[in-house]
Amino acid sequence: MAEPILHVESMSRHFQVGGLRSSGILHASDDITFDVYPGEIVALVGESGSGKSTIARVLAGLYPPSSGRIVFEGKVLGKTSSRAVRGKMPMVFQDPFGSINPVLRVGHALQRSLRLHRRDLTSEARHSEAVALVEKVGLLPGEEVLRRFPHELSGGQRQRLGFAQALASRPSLILADEPVSMLDVSIRIGLLNVMRDLRDDGVSLLYITHDLASARYVADRMMVLYAGRIVEEGRTDDVISRPAHPYTRLLMATAPDPRLPLDTSSDVEDLGEPPRVINPGPGCRFAPRCPLATDHCRAATPEFVEITPHQRAACFAVNPAP
Amino acid sequence: MNVLEVRDLMVEYDTPAGPAQAVHGVSFDLAEGEFLAIVGESGCGKSTMLFAIARLLSAPARMVGGEVRFNGVDLARLEGEDLRQVRWRDISVVMQSAMNALNPTLSIGAQLADVCRAHTDWDDARIEARSAEVLDMVSIDRTHLKSYPFQLSGGMRQRAMIAMALLLEPKLIIMDEPTSALDVVAQRSLMRQVENLRQRLGFAVLFVTHDMSVVSHFSDRLAVMYAGEFVELGRTREVFDQPRHPYSVGLMDAFPSLVGEPRELVGIPGNPPSLVNPPGGCLFAARCPSVTDECRQYRPELVDRAGHATRCHLVNPRRNDG
Repeated sequence: MAEPILHVESMSRHFQVGGLRSSGILHASDDITFDVYPGEIVALVGESGSGKSTIARVLAGLYPPSSGRIVFEGKVLGKTSSRAVRGKMPMVFQDPFGSINPVLRVGHALQRSLRLHRRDLTSEARHSEAVALVEKVGLLPGEEVLRRFPHELSGGQRQRLGFAQALASRPSLILADEPVSMLDVSIRIGLLNVMRDLRDDGVSLLYITHDLASARYVADRMMVLYAGRIVEEGRTDDVISRPAHPYTRLLMATAPDPRLPLDTSSDVEDLGEPPRVINPGPGCRFAPRCPLATDHCRAATPEFVEITPHQRAACFAVNPAP
Repeated sequence: MNVLEVRDLMVEYDTPAGPAQAVHGVSFDLAEGEFLAIVGESGCGKSTMLFAIARLLSAPARMVGGEVRFNGVDLARLEGEDLRQVRWRDISVVMQSAMNALNPTLSIGAQLADVCRAHTDWDDARIEARSAEVLDMVSIDRTHLKSYPFQLSGGMRQRAMIAMALLLEPKLIIMDEPTSALDVVAQRSLMRQVENLRQRLGFAVLFVTHDMSVVSHFSDRLAVMYAGEFVELGRTREVFDQPRHPYSVGLMDAFPSLVGEPRELVGIPGNPPSLVNPPGGCLFAARCPSVTDECRQYRPELVDRAGHATRCHLVNPRRNDG
């Protein structure tokens, strides 16, 4: 297999929280290890508070990791990201209304990216490149779209523009943080298809989402995150068809699907919530909600168990396939 | 017996370009204890319609026509004290964002007591007993009467809102996207809880959401709203299993599933029409894959066939002699 473009090794990010009377260390993400290879979409799935956006922000260089190592295209990322790295690993944000300057024309933002990251281009080449970029993400006709103001675009069109902007620096990996969760159902799939097209053109994506079904639709591999730790990872098909970790199974059981009758048998009366992980002790973080938890789970942190060569889960209760 | 009868409801927004028809001729009945879900995408008028029914509209929105009869009384004509008598006692509203709907500076108990004091002559002991009782109903420990909203998780805040809505045993609870800020696991448990309470207490529910999969297993009937109109209304299972309107069909095919063979999805390209100068024919014509000349010329009516109503010329051919 090819070299990974992104290699994340034992990465943790902690935050100091609290005030005078009580303070603690919030473990937003702990011991995160994964690779992203060229031309694949990897989904990072978790509920709010699971630490998925923290991981994206550390990768984007918005803040440094507390510990661990990030190797991108063979180079260890320093404390602050250089412009070149940001260009090669840009981010698309969740909110298409908050992430675009409303007073400048669409073309301006793209031209600016091109000017920063593609200094060799002449101004004519920049313009035709900008047209090509918006048309690439399905905004037609490109010439006209570039002259518009952001308020003249719908949410879906703005999010496409977000991807065009990310593409301007010819990235090898795009960090997409919940890029469709604020869009209407009928246009979400269009954006997911844009992501698949980009993948087919050789760009890798880290797709951060809470929606398992959309992860299944676009991702080649997926990781499931709970309370700051990866609890299961593997090829998307394997994880979806044979979820191993009890938390993945809970997510699968609660994902609403109108095509199926309501299955209340597998429906645990689960009123638990993911914990805020402040000054955590040892033990599996899912243990308080887990139907299979034993005393051992509360005392020791589970290591990854290989279920197949392409799937592993951090749980004492799972056994490797024979 | 119907608790609510809505007839030909019209709501307009004043805009610089002229009035926008946000809700255009919506009619439906809600039987005692019935759960009616209304699904539609942003801007379709679903929340505006709820606000009109609950008499919560404020400028630039105004109700310009129609009737909203609650137990035979036209709510649209109630004013002042008469309207106040209906609120909380007969109809309560659960808003989309509990974080914004709850007062951050008052404890949950104080906010529950506030409703009781404004609408009953109960003494403090009775208010406290009832407050504890409604928290029990939504599985929140009664010690949280002393908690402030920030001390509760998102799911608990939303359940506290539902507890508040239950205080005076209303016959109708109006819910505006109560699950949209929640994770799938919390969503599912909230929906199960609403359903159990409805079975037990017998109130009717009018539930608006953009995510039809949330209600697919819980509502009795489902209305699909597009550009200010109901385009389809029928028993929930029937609308899901055999959607008739091309927009409903498109919506069903717009979100990926966790089961079955993976397949290509397309969504619904295009945007909803302008509501200031709506096109003459069917409002969905510009996005419809099955559009005909007739659709562009004549606005279709909502035609009911055996309890399943559709607004589409393809489903309800116009008579040539008509």
